[in-house]
Amino acid sequence: MTWDVVLATLAAAIKAGTPILYATLGEILAERTGILNLGLEGMMLIGALTGFLICSMTNNPWLGVLAAIISGGLLALIHAFLTITLRAQQVVSGLALTMFGMGLSGFIGKVVIGVPIAGYFRPFDFPFLSQIPFLGEVFFQQDALVYISYLLIPILSFWIYRTRPGLHMRAVGENPATADAMGISVAGIRYLYTFLGGCLAGLGGAYLSLAYTPVWLENMVAGRGWIAIALVIFASWDPFKALLGSYLFGLVDAVQFRAQALGLAVPSFFLNMTPYVATILVLVFATRETARRHLGAPAALGIPFAREEKT
Amino acid sequence: MSIFLEKRAQSSRLLSALAPLLAIILALLMGAIIIALSGTNPWEAYREMFVGAFGSGYALSETMVKTIPLILCSLGVGIAFRATLWNIGAEGQLYMGAFAAGGIALAFPQGQGWWLIPLMVLASLVGGALWGLIPGLLKAKLNVNEIITSLLLNYVAILWFQYWIYGPWKDPLGYGFPYTAPFGEGAWLPTLAGTRIHLGLAFAVLAALFLYFLLKSTRVGYEIRIIGENPQAARYAGMNIPGAILLVFAISGGLAGLAGMGEISGVIHRLQPAISPGFGYTAIIIAWLARFNPWLTIAVSFLFGGLLVGGYSLRAFGLSDSLVLILQGLILFLLLGGDILTRYRLRWKGGRA
Repeated sequence: MTWDVVLATLAAAIKAGTPILYATLGEILAERTGILNLGLEGMMLIGALTGFLICSMTNNPWLGVLAAIISGGLLALIHAFLTITLRAQQVVSGLALTMFGMGLSGFIGKVVIGVPIAGYFRPFDFPFLSQIPFLGEVFFQQDALVYISYLLIPILSFWIYRTRPGLHMRAVGENPATADAMGISVAGIRYLYTFLGGCLAGLGGAYLSLAYTPVWLENMVAGRGWIAIALVIFASWDPFKALLGSYLFGLVDAVQFRAQALGLAVPSFFLNMTPYVATILVLVFATRETARRHLGAPAALGIPFAREEKT
Repeated sequence: MSIFLEKRAQSSRLLSALAPLLAIILALLMGAIIIALSGTNPWEAYREMFVGAFGSGYALSETMVKTIPLILCSLGVGIAFRATLWNIGAEGQLYMGAFAAGGIALAFPQGQGWWLIPLMVLASLVGGALWGLIPGLLKAKLNVNEIITSLLLNYVAILWFQYWIYGPWKDPLGYGFPYTAPFGEGAWLPTLAGTRIHLGLAFAVLAALFLYFLLKSTRVGYEIRIIGENPQAARYAGMNIPGAILLVFAISGGLAGLAGMGEISGVIHRLQPAISPGFGYTAIIIAWLARFNPWLTIAVSFLFGGLLVGGYSLRAFGLSDSLVLILQGLILFLLLGGDILTRYRLRWKGGRA
């Protein structure tokens, strides 16, 4: 295998990891406040479809992305209303969101299956940085949405760990009763980050239909939403580790894809299994690690908060 | 202004009985809006669905055919719920059951013995149970989140199933189509005269009976219920929680596997790449709607069988049968909301809270 192939595979890994990265970051935001949203797959599908539809109508992929972000956020608000205001079971609500998103995207998207679009996100050389040997080729000959994700990671990390709103967010996820006593609006913060989480999931979906493939196919998210949910645990709710995990999965995807192209003797069915199997293995490993290092989930994850029912 | 919940002194009996019904009606109304927006008359679409699902003897029998795997999968998901375990993997377990039973059927193409069907049943139970035991073991021994593992294994199971059909088991006389050879008639489940309703219905009812007695009058069933209702107490009482988790996942997976056997042996009579329109996922809603009660599960499954069959008639309207998934999602949303409103009152408060 030549050096060029290695670099191309690594660059492809970044591309394949980016939609998962966005979704993982979104889920981290929601879970940090205590809201488990298993609807990622549905929000990503709706994001992918909305982005694709708006882009094909306007020929402007940025408008597509914007629409995808909004649609993902709106779907997340359903989950927020049910789980925060009505204190409903978070797991079931998330599953319902996934089904609803799958159904709605399949229903509306039927008309545009396989239709090509002109204005999608194309890779371009990032000025100066793309000239760096090795790193430039892998990281800086990508499309705009990948560059934005590079920026998002340090911003989110700074936000979560170093700012006052970030502190409030963590407080709500760790100990909502105390946060409430401090005068923080638990429900308000949970709504906000569940919404933002949905926005990022929608963006991740739009990456698939506007940059990665770029085409709309029914169920094109293909389990990436679930992989992202598993990666949140692997990343122990940390944006930088989410980056690592997502690219690791991008790599599994890229290698798998290339192995098929190279005519590796393994049947494609088995290669296609690798991301799912790898996720399960990673989850097993991460669960052991988080348990060992006590870097577990936000303490209030999945538990509804009600002021009058304090014990 | 803000909305908040006020606990009802007593949960409303009337509301909790009516909530599932209201959820379904409201979901249909919301679905009607979506249909109308797509430029079709929702009334006509629903009438078509209803007639397609319940409007004739044939329609009813077809609905019953779809009800069979739904009952089996929902019972499996339901018993897991009873122990507050989430088995989202019924779909994959169904495929693994079908794989195991199909392997037996293909191994005995001339099989005429009475033993062939029981052997297939056994194989499907084992196949589904083993697949269910993977998330079960990971949960019981390593405390790995079973929701994610059981779901991801669905993708793996379906790819595994398809590998055999596109590869080693492909029918050499099938003109390259991805089918296995048809099963010998000895591997067909008997059907009710003139319909496609097969013996799987009896399996489903037996399974409901089995679960009913297991939960009601055995020690293990009692433990499963306690673990679900009060895990703390179960731990103090020295119950074998990992053992119960394994048992629940084995039963849950086995029942889904049996559903897969019913599909291939009772309906399709060979293996093909897709044998389920998401029975395993629909089962989650049914189990939730039926409040994990084995008998209610049968009734609710029939309703959802009708929804699936009715969905097929939508194609005549040029509508996608994805509408069925939309309706399922909506029903689940509304049901969740309704559940809460039976226990709480929604209050509006003006000004600052």
